[in-house]
This record gives sequence, structure tokens and C-alpha cells, in this order.
Amino acid sequence: MTTPSATPSAIHDIGYRHYDGPRLGRAYILRSLFVQNLRAAYGLGRPAKAKALPFILFAFMLVPALGSIALVALSKEPRLLIRYSAYTIDLQILVAIFLATQSPVLASRELRSHVIPLYFSRPVGALDFVLAKFGAFTTALFVLLATPVTLLYAGALATRDPKAKSLLNARPGDTPSHVDSVGTHTLHYLGALTGCLLFALVLAALGLVIAAWTPRRGFGVAAVMAVYMLSSTIVLIVQGIATTQGHYEVAGWAGLFSVFNLIDIVQAKLLGATSTMDVPTSALAGPAAALLCAAIVAGALAILYTRFRKAGTS
Amino acid sequence: MNRTIAYITFRGMLGRRRALLLFALPALLLVLAVTLRATGNNDLDISTVVLQRFALGTVLPLLGLIAGTGVIGPEIDDGQIMYILTKPISRSVIITTKLAVAIALIIGFGVIPTLVAGLILTGTLAQLAVAFAVAVLVGGTAYCAVFVALAVYSRFAVTIGLMYALIWESLIGNFAPGAKNLSIQQWSLAIAKSLTSATAVKADISLGAAVVLLIIVSAGGTLLATTRLRTLSVTSAD
Repeated sequence: MTTPSATPSAIHDIGYRHYDGPRLGRAYILRSLFVQNLRAAYGLGRPAKAKALPFILFAFMLVPALGSIALVALSKEPRLLIRYSAYTIDLQILVAIFLATQSPVLASRELRSHVIPLYFSRPVGALDFVLAKFGAFTTALFVLLATPVTLLYAGALATRDPKAKSLLNARPGDTPSHVDSVGTHTLHYLGALTGCLLFALVLAALGLVIAAWTPRRGFGVAAVMAVYMLSSTIVLIVQGIATTQGHYEVAGWAGLFSVFNLIDIVQAKLLGATSTMDVPTSALAGPAAALLCAAIVAGALAILYTRFRKAGTS
Repeated sequence: MNRTIAYITFRGMLGRRRALLLFALPALLLVLAVTLRATGNNDLDISTVVLQRFALGTVLPLLGLIAGTGVIGPEIDDGQIMYILTKPISRSVIITTKLAVAIALIIGFGVIPTLVAGLILTGTLAQLAVAFAVAVLVGGTAYCAVFVALAVYSRFAVTIGLMYALIWESLIGNFAPGAKNLSIQQWSLAIAKSLTSATAVKADISLGAAVVLLIIVSAGGTLLATTRLRTLSVTSAD
């Protein structure tokens, strides 16, 4: 037996004749794991039953965007277009269902069948393994969220009145339909894309941690959904009570406890979007919400790392 | 009823981390109730909102889903159900036992916490706490019967159940009022309305219809699950 750390060899090297040729290396491993997990998130390479739900949800995500573009094209009224930054929040139930059903696909399957040690018996590190999973799920979610927003953007440009003025040279008296320019749309679109990326990062982090924590089939789905439903309902009730009593600031800050409100705060405070839900007026709210997002992602990666490293040794 | 099956199922449901999820749901309800009571936000309207939207509308479907699919789904999934099916135990005994365990979990983690939360919020005012506790019990029974049947029929029971609870009961129910006629949540609400004098509790369906539908759904779910279990074929997981 050679010492395990001295060579990058794996278990198939039982000491007869060593392989000295080139190795594909860490980047290749990372890329392979990433692609495999990304495909798994949409059920590609698996039976039709596994593909059905992600693709149905993906199709449902596009329907309101297409309807909105058709409405704008028919009515010539650009204001009827769904706001880019509000799209994900308006369709949060679909996003939550996608998150709940697909995060166990990525995070629990290997834990349930106890094959993590097989991965780690090859030159795969726990950190690479977790990063590939997180990156793949973030990408999958980003595709789900950004495609309809991109569709909206393309639709808005296609149906745009060419005589409209840019936001940059708009005068105070101009009606909103006058600021229907390419520059304004691009600005809002890019802001919304950043929002989508933020949604993808935070949702992937939460979904994977919860699903890795409850590997039993069905429980992962229920647990992710429970976290989403409980947090949003509690925040809704608290905001309702706070608003009727006139504590608007409290209502805004309560949003930090629900993912969709949290990122709405970031979008409204830091990305220049109009808020969709209650948002605190304090200037501190934006940085606080962004910091919380970063803490969620970092914490989730740390938890996933220890979880999978432990699963790999047993 | 079979004591051994009930014992094994309880152990499966309450083992290790899974119990934490079950404990977290009622714990949040109680924390919310205590917080609202402590800050003086416990008038009849707010209490109704909390019990209706949170206890009946959020905690109960989740509990029903976890308990209903959890008592039988994983066993079918990993093939352990074969050890029960090959014993001389009638299929209806297996299903009723599983269902009884699920309902017991609903009572422990749903009905009692709802009653306690209601009492913390309003005391015995307008019988609100008792009304919602009964509604949770009746609705929970129907949810469990439906979700046990779903779990026997499909390996994607949790997802289908979630889509029913979220999309049908919440989303479509808000836009198309007709969908509310076929919603376990609304039937339970009708029961709650008949038991309390609080005017904030509104139901879209009459008590008679609700009772009949709840009985049909509970009995139908049990029957379907039993029939399906007779011809169950265990395929490989994933």
C-alpha cells in the first residue's frame, strides 16, 4: 500500500504497476460533477417521470410572460408588461415547488443510497463535490428564473414604440409610456437578472441544506416546502398586523425572515427596482438584506461541506 | 389494527431528525400565539386569521402530507412493505393501522397545539379554540386518507399532494371560487364556522355538504388505498 496522500491515485491502484501518464485533474472533475448535477436538476438522463415535473414547471413559468407580451402587443400599452423584478416574486409558488421537488434530487439521492464514500474514494474533495452541486443547482434555478424575464425583455423590445424617449433624456412631464426606451428596458432587465442570480444563489443554498438534512424520500420535499410556507405565512401575518397598526417600518423589517421578501428588499434598495412587497424605508435595510443573503450562502456551503464530508467517511 | 405495524410505523415517523420537522410545525404555531398574546395582538379577528391561515391553512396540509405519505411511502419505496405484505395480515388492517398512526400524529402535532394556541390567544371566547381544533381533526383525517392513498398509488405522492394543497387549494381557490367546493380546507372551515360564534370565520360551503364530502373523501381514500395495496408491485427505487 502506498500512503494515500503521496499520490493522487485512487482505490483501483493496488500497487502492481503505477500509472504515470497525465491526469485530467481537478477542473475536469469539477466540470463533470457540475454537468451531471445540472442535468439531474432537470431530470435529463433519467426516466420520463423525472423529467415531467421540472419541465412542466419551466413551461408554467413562461406562460405569464408570453401572455403579458401578447397583451402589450395587442393593447399598445407598455405599462401592462409585468415588471422584470416582480416576475419571480409573482410566481413564487411555482419557484418554491421547483425548489422543493428538485433540491432532494441533488442533495439527498446519494446520501440515501450511501454512495458518497465511493465518490470520495476517487480524487474528489468534499469541497469540490459541494461546490459542484451548489453551482449546478444555482445554474438550474437561474435558468428557470431568467428565461421568462429574458423573454419579457425581448417581447418588450419587439413591441416597443420606436418614437419613445429614453429615460435619460425624459422630462418630468413625460408619462411612463414615454420612457419605454431601449436604455430603460436594458437597465431594468440587467437589474432583474442580478435579482434572479441572487434568488438562485439563496434558494439553492437553503434548498440543498434542508434536503441534505432530511434524506428520507418525500421528507426532503415536505421540509423545503414547510420552511417556505411557514416563513412566508408568518411574515404575511406579522406584516398584516403591523400595517393595520401603522408600524410600517416593522412590517418592512419583518420581510427579512422570508426569502422572497428578503431579496425583494435587496432589489428595491440596491438594484433600483420598485418594491413588490413591504420594504423598510431605512437606508440600512438594503446592505443588511444583502449581508444576510451572503451569510445564508456561506453558512449553507459550510453546513453542506461538513455534512457530505461526514457522509463520505462512514 | 395491528400493534406491531403501528409500533414500527411510529418509530419510523418519530426516529431521529424526522421528528424535528414534526415538532417544529406546532412549535412555531405556539410561539406565534404566545408572541401575539404577549404583545397584545390577540383580539378575535387576529386570532381567527392566525388559526385559519396558519393552523388550518398552512400547518395542517403540511402535517397531513408528512404524516399521510410518511407512514407508508418510504416503506413502499425501499421495498420494506414486502415484509408486511407477505404476512397473513389483511390489506385493510394494514391501511387502517397506517391511517390510525397518521391520525394519531395529526392529533399530537396538530389538534392539541391548535387547541392550546387558540386558548392562549382568545381563551374560551366564542369557542374559537375548540372550533378550530375540531376542524383540524376532521380536516386532518381527510388529508391523511387522501395522502395515504396517493402514497400507495404514486412514488411522487408528496409532490402531487403539495401541488394540490398549494396550487388547487390556495392559488386556484383564490381566482376560481368553484375550486373551493373541492377543497378539504374549505370543508374544515365550514365545520369550524358551525362551532364558533366569531363572525370573522367565513366558509363558502354549507355544513351539510362539507360533512358529506369529508366522509366520502376519508372513506374513499381508505378504500382506494386498500384496493391498490392488493395489487401493489414493488419496483426499484429511483
